Amino acid sequence: MNTSVATHDAEALVPVHVTVNGAPYGASVPARRLLSDFLRHDLRLTGTHVGCEHGVCGACTILLDGEPVRSCLMFAVQAVGHEVTTVEGCGTIESMGPVQQAFTECHGLQCGFCTPGFITTITAFLKENPAPTQDEAREAISGNLCRCTGYQNIVKSVLRAAEIAGEQAGKTR
Amino acid sequence: MKPAPFVHHAPRTLDEAVAVLAEVGHDGKVLAGGQSLIPMLSMRLAAPAHLVDINGVAGLDSLTVDGGYVRVGATVRHRGVERSEEGYAVLPLLRQALLNVAHPAIRNRGTTVGSIAHADAAGEMPSIAVLTDAVIEVRGPQGSREIAAGEFFTGPLETELAADELVTAVRFGRFAPGTRTGFVESARRSGDYAMAGVGVALTAAEGTVTAARASFVSVTDVPDVLDLTPVLAGASAGDIASRSDDLVTAVREHVAPEGDIHATADYRRMLAAELTRRLVAEVMSR
Amino acid sequence: MTTKMFGAPIKRREDPRLVTGGGRYLDDLGHTAYEAAFVRSPHAHARIVDIDVTDALETPGLVGIWTHEDLDGPVGENLPLLIPHPALIAPATGFALAKDEVNHVGEAIVLVVAENRYAAEDAVARIRVDYDFLPVVVGLETARTAANLVHDHAPGNISAHLLQEVGDVETAMAGAPHRLSLDLAIERSACMPMEGKGVYARWDTDAEHLTLWSSTQTSTGVRAAVAARLGLPLAKVDCITPDVGGGFGVKIMHPWPEEVLIPWAARLLGHDVKWTEDRREHFISSAHERGQLQEVEVGFDDEGRVLALDVKFWHDNGAYTPYGIIVPIITATQLLGPYKPGAYRVEFWSMFTNTVLVTPYRGAGRPQGCFAMERTMDAIADYLGVDRAEVRSRNFILPEEMPYDHGLMFQDGRPLKYDSGDFPASLAKLKALVGWDDFAPYREQAASEGRRVGLGIGCYVEGTGVGPYEGAHVVIETSGRVNVATGLTTQGQGHQTAFAQIVADELGVPIETVHVTTGDTRRMAYAVGTFASRAAVMSGNAIALAARAAKAKALKIAADALEVSEDDLEIIDGVIGVKGLPEASMPIGTTAVLSNPLRYAFDEAAKAATQFAGTFDPDKPPVADDEEPGLEGKDFYSPTQATFANGMHAAIVETDPVTAEIKILRYCVIHDCGTMINPMIVEGQVHGGVAQGVGGALYERMVYDEFGQLLNASFMDFLIPYASEVPHVEADHLETPSPLNPLGIKGAGEAGCIPVSAVIASAIEDAEGFPITSMPISPGDLWELRQQHDRGELPSLRRTTAESAKEKS
Repeated sequence: MNTSVATHDAEALVPVHVTVNGAPYGASVPARRLLSDFLRHDLRLTGTHVGCEHGVCGACTILLDGEPVRSCLMFAVQAVGHEVTTVEGCGTIESMGPVQQAFTECHGLQCGFCTPGFITTITAFLKENPAPTQDEAREAISGNLCRCTGYQNIVKSVLRAAEIAGEQAGKTR
Repeated sequence: MKPAPFVHHAPRTLDEAVAVLAEVGHDGKVLAGGQSLIPMLSMRLAAPAHLVDINGVAGLDSLTVDGGYVRVGATVRHRGVERSEEGYAVLPLLRQALLNVAHPAIRNRGTTVGSIAHADAAGEMPSIAVLTDAVIEVRGPQGSREIAAGEFFTGPLETELAADELVTAVRFGRFAPGTRTGFVESARRSGDYAMAGVGVALTAAEGTVTAARASFVSVTDVPDVLDLTPVLAGASAGDIASRSDDLVTAVREHVAPEGDIHATADYRRMLAAELTRRLVAEVMSR
Repeated sequence: MTTKMFGAPIKRREDPRLVTGGGRYLDDLGHTAYEAAFVRSPHAHARIVDIDVTDALETPGLVGIWTHEDLDGPVGENLPLLIPHPALIAPATGFALAKDEVNHVGEAIVLVVAENRYAAEDAVARIRVDYDFLPVVVGLETARTAANLVHDHAPGNISAHLLQEVGDVETAMAGAPHRLSLDLAIERSACMPMEGKGVYARWDTDAEHLTLWSSTQTSTGVRAAVAARLGLPLAKVDCITPDVGGGFGVKIMHPWPEEVLIPWAARLLGHDVKWTEDRREHFISSAHERGQLQEVEVGFDDEGRVLALDVKFWHDNGAYTPYGIIVPIITATQLLGPYKPGAYRVEFWSMFTNTVLVTPYRGAGRPQGCFAMERTMDAIADYLGVDRAEVRSRNFILPEEMPYDHGLMFQDGRPLKYDSGDFPASLAKLKALVGWDDFAPYREQAASEGRRVGLGIGCYVEGTGVGPYEGAHVVIETSGRVNVATGLTTQGQGHQTAFAQIVADELGVPIETVHVTTGDTRRMAYAVGTFASRAAVMSGNAIALAARAAKAKALKIAADALEVSEDDLEIIDGVIGVKGLPEASMPIGTTAVLSNPLRYAFDEAAKAATQFAGTFDPDKPPVADDEEPGLEGKDFYSPTQATFANGMHAAIVETDPVTAEIKILRYCVIHDCGTMINPMIVEGQVHGGVAQGVGGALYERMVYDEFGQLLNASFMDFLIPYASEVPHVEADHLETPSPLNPLGIKGAGEAGCIPVSAVIASAIEDAEGFPITSMPISPGDLWELRQQHDRGELPSLRRTTAESAKEKS
């Protein structure tokens, strides 16, 4: 065994203050800290998952000022001054958001690992297109990988979420 | 897959940015959208000691239509360009091409100027830059300069840009009146790098082609323009099919693809030619 | 009567938690743990000359660095050969950290532990390893030439050779009116769960106790293996499987080097240690599957009935064989599908290559076997000019022939004996669903528009629910809450729902009161694991049996208390009542109170069980001689053999006449997995399987270069299909119950992916008019085949030739 020899130059830390799911958070982290790791390990918001760390799978997708981005392709320090929304901010067990509710109704998930990235992506998509066609729904989720479901019930969930959101909007009107 | 340590610089002004770049020189790398750079850092294929993050630099985040150009600042996201109605009105080609760039989540963060500075021949926007005779606006310690897109790209991932220089904006040139454009590519999966892609600009007067040009994605090592005017001049929507053989030959002779694990060079050459044939027919039929 | 849960498409009970970010996957645990990273071999075959860690010792945040020579006792020994087999003549397993030699890119050489993963990777980057290069063997063709050897003890690079024969193939072949030969190939692919592997270990120094979390498909297997390696009593090791982000087979392999090393380091350091596999590590260090070369010779009569089938195949097992030869054995046996050849001989060679090891991936050898058989069926049909579905039906085992014994030994060492299935009915349903008989006019219509379309078909039988056993423990609390524990693990199959459905029905309690725990050795120490589409069959039946035992005890207690016969009791919505006498009843929780005679009343309900409450027989002990306190049931299900599910798929594809791009226009599935517990979940499994199958047919391959470098070790280049690449699946079900188990169920997990390569090959061949013999196939591959066909290097299908002859005449 080779153990480390005490004092080395510790990496400089940068204070990072961000708004996540509407609440202010702050931590001091190295500049290289990926936003995904910052959310998961510094803020302990582990709903955001990491599937590839090179931006292809979409499991780590969060909303940055309302727009979906890959949190593995940003440094935490770059989120300063921005509003971050994670899957935890899309609803709770007691009060699920329309997309979350639709996923539970349509069997839109199996292992659930990719699901948070789909939920954030779809949440943003439905704001832009509240009444998508089946083809549009399929295209909207085509930047996220799922290895379990074959996507069919996710497409269904998108359409159902649009319905639920529509119903809710109708009620509040 | 975690990046090696680096010093993060967050200049607020262009002067600061240029000064920092000059200071860190070859140890530094400009960070804009980061959608190509950060994977390389995480895989430790690159480990610059300094990142000059220009996202907070004032004045780089606007898209303007200015005379003969659509001017895109260095921190304008792909998605911003794609959604710009003003930009679309004068240069629809930008949106036509951008819809093929990766996926929306990547386009929300990646910048159009960054993808041009990155100079990947498999990227869509370098090809669009040359097709539109874009002008690359550059700032360095010696001040500002402008480089024509046709001279900007010097090799795969290589440009005229010096290590201490920064691309501040790209001005995409507008086409002559009567020009219609189109873009198409074929990738293994949606959002993947194209096996081949092509953008065309066809200028017509009274229904017949007067000028035609094309540029390609993934099938040339440096993006450049193929002048199709000799092949297509005088053609109309009705008889465009009669030019197909010449068109296909012109494209096949122009492109110089390399094979990789997704497609052979021969396949890409065929694909580039066929995509061009179909795209020209489609644009003519509009 | 309570609403029947079994068979209903109940919404999944795990989902509200998972969709709101409440999942707990491996890397969601242990935020303060040290983290590990590895120096992994960049070379496919080399001797390790020197490892220099000097520079790395300066890395900020470093905790420790270890190489093989630091590994003490069994930790440093060869990893176990999990499934020995007499035919595995030259097995090989690696070490937790490479000793002297590396045999594939990605093999772990140095373990680094640091304060976090960033620092660990910093240290990894500063460690220098010197190698002497050895010749590299990549690909089956190269392995077969044996010009170079992966292991000196395996001449010919052969790890295993097995021949099975039923009937006299030589005589039957010689007597067959027609004979055909096919050379076939399937490339490598891999499971690629969205979550990689991961291990988190916590050593309690005071208690000398190890708690281990692993993203595994077998917590009991990992526990036993780690205890053995670390020299710990089983009682001092617990293994817990948290939420698992997909498995598909790769996580049934164990112990992975990291599963041994992380707990070892945690004990050594007296500190929590975690390792979360990253995607690159997963590509180069976790198992692959599928790669085979196949030679088929078939003899058949004028009707297309197979008289003799002679199959030889070569299976790429990578550098090591810890999981034995399960995959090729499954290919060899499950190749037969729904058919009954007159005589069958199958011979395989399992081959070493300098690539990462090969262990089961969803389907586990069946997709390859199905490909061989179904390509053969299409070839026979084409040769005779008979409809492809018709040729298949002429070879079917008929329902009245069930159970049907093939006379072969299956992967569990037991006879390959089909329990049930109605293949003609499945085929009829499939033909109706896809519009088989209406395809000719559709094709003509498409052709008139300049489009090229083809129709393909594939049939399979899947042995599911293999033994040896699974167990279940059902505990009913005084509140009426029902706790169910089974030892196998969950990776998204909805066990918390499906198993609860079984228990709700068996006990007559609301499903909301049933809570299922899987994969936690603290709750159920005896289990095998989740693989081979076995969870529903094995644990499902064990749970039903355990619930029945608990119910019997509840009824006995209630019968005593209510002074009626047990036969007069029923349980509805958690209340035990006398049939026809609604006032005479008690909640099932009350029987739990009564089942446990108490000295101390800890709550209101418990008072009824204390020693001065009620009346009792002073001559009897509080707990009867043949009883135990508590309302529990425990049972195990151990079948004599596997159940055999089956299915048939058809697809319509379109190929671009110029660019050879391939699009699946329709994908139809008929699926028979016996009685379904939850059809929604079954259908989800089918969808997911088909998507993986489509990946394997059109997109996914492991591209190694001649030096053993995996060229596409990223999601950029290993092309898992997005939604844009996966067709809408039209699925219908047939339910032919298994006579073998109490619930009549068969497994469903792997089914969807098995025939997809065969079906897509069949459809592309039909569209193109020349044989497709190798999968996966890309547009570039198809385009290349067209060139070969145009040059006359690739024959036309007979039916194409016949058609064009017809047109010419």
